This record gives sequence, structure tokens and C-alpha cells, in this order.
Amino acid sequence: METQPVIVIKDLYKTFGENEVLKGINLSVNKGENLVILGRSGSGKSVTIKCLVGLVKADKGEIKIFDEEVSALNDDDLNNMRVNIGFMFQNGALYDSMSVRQNLKFALKHHTRNLAEPEIESKIMEALENVGLAESIDKMPSELSGGMKKRIALARAIIIKPKIILYDEPTSGLDTITSREISELILSVQEKYKASSIIITHDMACAKTTGNRILILNEGEITAEGSYEELEKSKDEWVHSFFI
Amino acid sequence: MTVYIKNIFEEAGDMTQFTLRFFKELLKPVFQWREFSRQCFAVGYKTLPLITITGFIMGLVLTIQSRPTLLKFGAESWLPSMVSLSLIREIAPVITALICAGKIASGIGAELGSMKVTEQIDAMEVSAVNPYKYLVVTRILATTLMVPLLVIYADFVGIYGGYIGYNIHGNMTLFRYFSDVLEHLEFLDLFPAIIKTFFFGFFIGLIGCYKGFNASNGTASVGIAANEAVVAASLSIFIIDMLAVQLTDLFF
Ligand SMILES: Nc1ncnc2c1ncn2[C@@H]1O[C@H](COP(=O)(O)OP(=O)(O)OP(=O)(O)O)[C@@H](O)[C@H]1O
Ligand SMILES: [Mg+2]
Repeated sequence: METQPVIVIKDLYKTFGENEVLKGINLSVNKGENLVILGRSGSGKSVTIKCLVGLVKADKGEIKIFDEEVSALNDDDLNNMRVNIGFMFQNGALYDSMSVRQNLKFALKHHTRNLAEPEIESKIMEALENVGLAESIDKMPSELSGGMKKRIALARAIIIKPKIILYDEPTSGLDTITSREISELILSVQEKYKASSIIITHDMACAKTTGNRILILNEGEITAEGSYEELEKSKDEWVHSFFI
Repeated sequence: MTVYIKNIFEEAGDMTQFTLRFFKELLKPVFQWREFSRQCFAVGYKTLPLITITGFIMGLVLTIQSRPTLLKFGAESWLPSMVSLSLIREIAPVITALICAGKIASGIGAELGSMKVTEQIDAMEVSAVNPYKYLVVTRILATTLMVPLLVIYADFVGIYGGYIGYNIHGNMTLFRYFSDVLEHLEFLDLFPAIIKTFFFGFFIGLIGCYKGFNASNGTASVGIAANEAVVAASLSIFIIDMLAVQLTDLFF
């Protein structure tokens, strides 16, 4: 199969006040690929994917999704593009005035208009069963534990069957068993929807399971790239330190 | 000092932009009817008990306080119309608006502020929902519509309070009391008073949304947003009230 990149980032720079966060990021994600980004806390991982969807305006650089330059899009076109993207926030970002059901319904309804009520309901159930939380459907976010919020956020990101999914630490704060289940869910989403994803994580087991390719971000620059096995064998002490 | 002045101008500029954006987004299609009606209901539901109590007490107290003075001039029969005129022209609009500033503007400021801080507004944006249209436009329209309705309600409750106050020493039926009030009521008493309440409502919604939407990061900023919203909204009510009086004076 010919691999064509769905996401291309070239020379991305971003500064917050005095703080130079991104210093020339280059990366690309091929169609159907899971790209894992590793990096220490504060290295700019979340900022990178926020630039990707236009939540943060980059200072300089090129971001192309499906061959379209994100910064050049007007509001309507940007929204048309976002319809194809699922975004899981690091802290969940569940709407706390809405129940779990309404959270998922909100994402779905604004994604595909004119869905029939039974269809919505069955999609919600399916998404919740995927993350093992079908019984929490009528709970409010404040009644959920941290890990449960995370899983609902994951369900909300994938319920729209997006072509691109951006996961910001999908397994942090979860026990090993649930983490493994989530990693497998990410894999199955990749296969089922032919989705291309970026997965930010600190969890090496998750990186190993889900990643086709791994990037390591260090202080706003990408310092290493390769498959899990390649990087694990790396002679570079700093790269190696991630795998201990 | 210069920093302080610069901040004021910057804020005024931001706020003007925010307001212009409201009108721009208002005209774009897909109006969020459901969220709008939910907000209207919330505004009414949260403030109705408070407005009932304060409106009633205002009418009652004003009547009791004014009676001795009017009695001195032998003008006791003016009591119903005088009290209701003060209520309709000034007291009910301002008190209702201040209650809404305390209850609604702060509520909106805190709600949007916490949504901003916990990235819920960002989440909306990436789900291709325009958060400005969904959250801000609906809330501003809801307050603009509901505050005038609440003021009219407060007028009635206040006049009724006046009726009760009158009957502590006097003796008049409710029907006669109301017809006495209506008889002395003119278009010019009512019209400017109603018009200004739309502005009260608009600014209560606008300031609440502006402060919430611009909450910086961190939970502390949610409290600050709510607090600043109340202060700025209350202040704007007095300023609008003053301008309204001057304008009516000028034109009529
Ligand atoms: N909105 C913002 N305003 C100012 N600075 C910001 C903002 N967002 C992020 N930063 C800064 O950018 C840097 C990178 O943040 P980012 O959230 O991308 O880190 P991260 O790699 O995701 O870390 P973690 O693994 O802890 O989530 C941090 O130093 C942070 O202070
Ligand atoms: Mg992060």
C-alpha cells in the first residue's frame, strides 16, 4: 500500500511570552498509522497537537492536514476539517454540566446532524461498552473517578468515528489492566476505522502496543525517531533512558 | 499608574471586540434554540424568588415611608400613583437588574470561567461547535430578553406590595388601587423605563460572558471572573441608568 501522509508538520515554532516551547518540530503521520510521541513533562507535546487542530496559533511553520494548510483555513473550513478529528484532552475536559450520555450525545449531534434518536442511543452504548463504562451512562462527570473521566473522554473522542485521532495521555492515571485494555482499544479503533493517530504517552507498554512509530520530543525539538524495537536498542543514553 | 490606565484601555478594546463579535455571530445561521431556552429558564428560575421578595418589600416600605410626608400636604390620595411611578420608573428596574447582576452575571462568569480553565471550551471548539455562538450568544440574548420581563413582573409585585402597605392604615380594594395606579400612568413613564431594561439585560449577559471567557488559566481565576463580573455589571447598570435619565430628559 502506498503510504501518504495525512498530517505533516514542518518547522513549527511556538513561544509563550519568554518561554520557547516548540523550536522547529517536523513530523508526519501516514494514513492508517499510529504515531507515538514520548517526551518529558513540559516538553511541548500537548502544545504540538493543540497547534494541529488550531486551538493554539503557531508562530511559524507549516501544518497540513489532508493536504490543507490549517492556518490558512477560515472558521467554516476549519470546522469542516475538525469534524474528521477526534481529540482526547489530557484532563478529559468533559462538559461538567452534562451527564455522560449528554457528553457523548453533544459530540455526536454536532458531528452528524439528523441522526435518529435510537441510532444515537445505540452509538452511545457502543462507545461506552468499548471503554467498559456502560453502567455510568447517567452519571455526572463529578461522580466519576479520574480514570473513569479519562475513559469517557476517550469514548467521546472516538464516538464520531474520526479519520484522525489525537490522544493526549490516554492511559495516564489508570491501573495496568485498564491501561492494557485502552491500548488494545486504540489498536482496534485503528483497524476498524482505518484511523491515523497521534498518541502522546508516558506509558511504555502503551507505546509498545499501539505505536507503529515513535518520536521523542526534547525541549521543543524531536531528537529521536524509530520503531519501538529500534529505539529500545539505541546507543544514545538519553533515548535509552526512556526504555528502562 | 500608566500601567493601570493602559490596562483600562486594553480591556475596553477587548470588550468592544467581544461585543462586535456578538453581533457578527448573531447573524450567522444555526441558532441554538434549545440552549437559548434553557438559559432563559435558568435566568428566570434563579432570580424569581429573590425578585418577588425584594419587589414586594420595596413597594410596601416605600408606601409606608411616604405616607407621613404626603399626609402633611394633605395629598394622601396621591400615595398609590406616586409609589408605583417610582417603582416603575426607577426602583424596580434598578433593583431587579442589580439582583440579576449578583445572581446571573456572576453565575455566567463562574460557569464559563471554569469551562475555560478545564478546557471544556477548547473541547467544544474541536468538536466543530462554535463556543461563542453556543455559549455566549445564547446567554446574552437570554438575559436581554429575560431582564425586561422580570422587571415587569417586579413592577406588579411592587405595586401589590404598595397596596398591602396602603391598607395598613387605609382602606381600598385591590381593583380600585390598580385602576388608580393605571389612571395616572403615562406612556412616558413606561416606555423609557422598559427600554433601558433591555440594555441592563444585555450588559449583564455581556459582562458575565466576557469575564468568564477571558479567565486565564488556573482555578483561582474562576473566582476572580465571577467577582469581577458582579462588580462591572452592577457599575454598568448605574451608568446606563444615568445615561437613560439624561436621554429621556433631552428628548421628551
Ligand atoms: N496556554 C499557555 N500559556 C502559556 N504557556 C503555556 C500554555 N500552554 C502550555 N504552556 C507552556 O508550554 C510548555 C509545554 O507545555 P505542554 O502542555 O505542551 O507540555 P507537555 O509536554 O504536554 O507536558 P505533560 O507531559 O506534563 O503534559 C510548558 O512549559 C507550559 O508552561
Ligand atoms: Mg501534556
